[in-house]
Amino acid sequence: MKLQHKRLIFFSLVFAYISYSVFVYTKGTETKSGMSPEAHSGKNIFQEKNCIACHQIYGLGGYMGPDLTNVISVKGEIYTRSFIENGTAKMPDFNLQDEEINSLIAYLTFIDSTTVYPDSTIRLTWYGNMDKKK
Amino acid sequence: MIRIGRLFIITGITSLTLALLFGALASIQFIYPDFFPEIAFYKARPLHTSLAVAWIFSCGIGAVYNYLECTKIIRLRILGLLHWLIFNVTGILIIISYFQGTFGGREYWEFPPVLSLPILFSWILFGIVFFLSVYKVKSWPVYLWMWGTGIVIFFVTFMEANLWIFDYFSSSVVRELTVQWKSYGSLVGSWNMLIYGSGIYVMEKISGENFYAHSKIGFVLFFVGLTNLFFNWAHHIYAVPSSEWIGNTAYFISMTELFIIGRIIWKWKSTLDSAKKHANKNAYLFILASDIWVFLNLALAILISIPAVNFYTHGTHVTVAHAMGSTIGINSMIIISFIIHHFGWNNSGWVKICYWVINLSLGVFWITLITSGILKGLALHNGEAFGAVMSELNNWFHVFMISGVTLALGFLALLFHFFFEFLLDFPENLKQKTE
Ligand code: HEC
Repeated sequence: MKLQHKRLIFFSLVFAYISYSVFVYTKGTETKSGMSPEAHSGKNIFQEKNCIACHQIYGLGGYMGPDLTNVISVKGEIYTRSFIENGTAKMPDFNLQDEEINSLIAYLTFIDSTTVYPDSTIRLTWYGNMDKKK
Repeated sequence: MIRIGRLFIITGITSLTLALLFGALASIQFIYPDFFPEIAFYKARPLHTSLAVAWIFSCGIGAVYNYLECTKIIRLRILGLLHWLIFNVTGILIIISYFQGTFGGREYWEFPPVLSLPILFSWILFGIVFFLSVYKVKSWPVYLWMWGTGIVIFFVTFMEANLWIFDYFSSSVVRELTVQWKSYGSLVGSWNMLIYGSGIYVMEKISGENFYAHSKIGFVLFFVGLTNLFFNWAHHIYAVPSSEWIGNTAYFISMTELFIIGRIIWKWKSTLDSAKKHANKNAYLFILASDIWVFLNLALAILISIPAVNFYTHGTHVTVAHAMGSTIGINSMIIISFIIHHFGWNNSGWVKICYWVINLSLGVFWITLITSGILKGLALHNGEAFGAVMSELNNWFHVFMISGVTLALGFLALLFHFFFEFLLDFPENLKQKTE
């Protein structure tokens, strides 16, 4: 392979990568509503306490505990709150303040509003893709 | 003059030793959460993953410095030393932050974001040393392309991984997660560039032929890899509610990897022939193992990149098999081969025994992860409760724990050998001979 060809392929790929990055940063990742300040601080607590080491959101995260994407709508707020307040044999009690727990609940409520995971109504297409339109 | 490459390898080996201990701890705690509460699971897990990543990076970086030192083209050595110092100090700070329970709370590297600054700074030093040293080399072999690309891409994607500190990204969870996995996907690609490049370099040295590093196929594979590094990250986030074209791009691009699979099958025969020729060398054995693991893990990666398959395997231990299979089976095997070759530990019988223990337990470990993942995925999709599914899988988790601990012991025995051999010739082996 000639050096010019290598350079041409290389820089075309880099160019495509930069364009694609700009695209992903600006399009296709909006949520219906914005996150409230309370939910945002819940997100920060979720990160600082490393809940993701054991839990998942949209199926991403650790594997010791259950996915939390829809815990609010499926199990309810009171149920969720009692876990966060007390912990379990496997989950530590983080000794959180009421305010912090409220923020976590607001965050989980926001996540819940964005999608259903896993969505059992999704149809799979013959070419291996998911048809989300239903 | 002190050998920077070897310093990085020592850091890498130390990181792996610790990573294995924390990994074994975490795998026991996964079943018995009360085991060793001083370092609870949510601390042990990030300690394990971060140190494992440190092992890969440190040895990848070490391999590059070793090349620069062995070919005597290295410039501005002092910056390299500074790079090593910052790398270690930051690593220690990260470990302290985990022990204290302060996290950044994201996958892989869960440390507080300020600690990214020294890492970025040290990486600039690495870039300066590398490019100043190699820019006069004529007709770059493919591994120089790979290393150079890996260095630049790491820098870019590591910054990208920290974009969440800006409100624009973190205020939309979907954008944050999408960009998080975009950056991680490419970041893994960047260490693969360092490690695969080193693998090609070692093979060149073992076989005494430099044909591949300048061949057309070598470059074609490099570009296929680069394309996947840039565009194939979204198979992790099919479940994230972003626009469909993001997932579709990944699905489409991931199929280009079939080309690599095809090539491995195509040259199976010649791989076997060269295996017979070099089977007596430990370094070659590990390269051979990495080839087999490339095949298996690539097949798995392609499968779980198909959205319809991913739908069932996402969020299960199949993903762990994908991650561990690649980092242990591919990255670590290549690194070990590099270390054995570099220090000339080719004939040790002890290393051979470790080789078999490691690969056999990794095989069991990998299959267990996949099986338990598939079972969990199917059960959850059938609407079974999480707690019930986890207790049904308990036996599998025990096999996972036992094979994980054997795997760690195999590695520890190998590392013990490395430390022992290293100390025999210490500190002479850290000095760069000057003519
Ligand atoms: C060490 C692992 C671990 C950590 C860290 C952890 N959890 Fe848990 N969590 C669990 C496990 C395991 C369960 C399932 C109940 C059980 O088996 O004890 C659970 C259950 C829950 C539940 C109930 C979910 C359901 O569907 O029943 C919620 C809500 C929850 N955790 C929230 C959190 C939050 C918020 C954090 C961070 C502040 C967190 N957890 C940190 C392990 C953990």
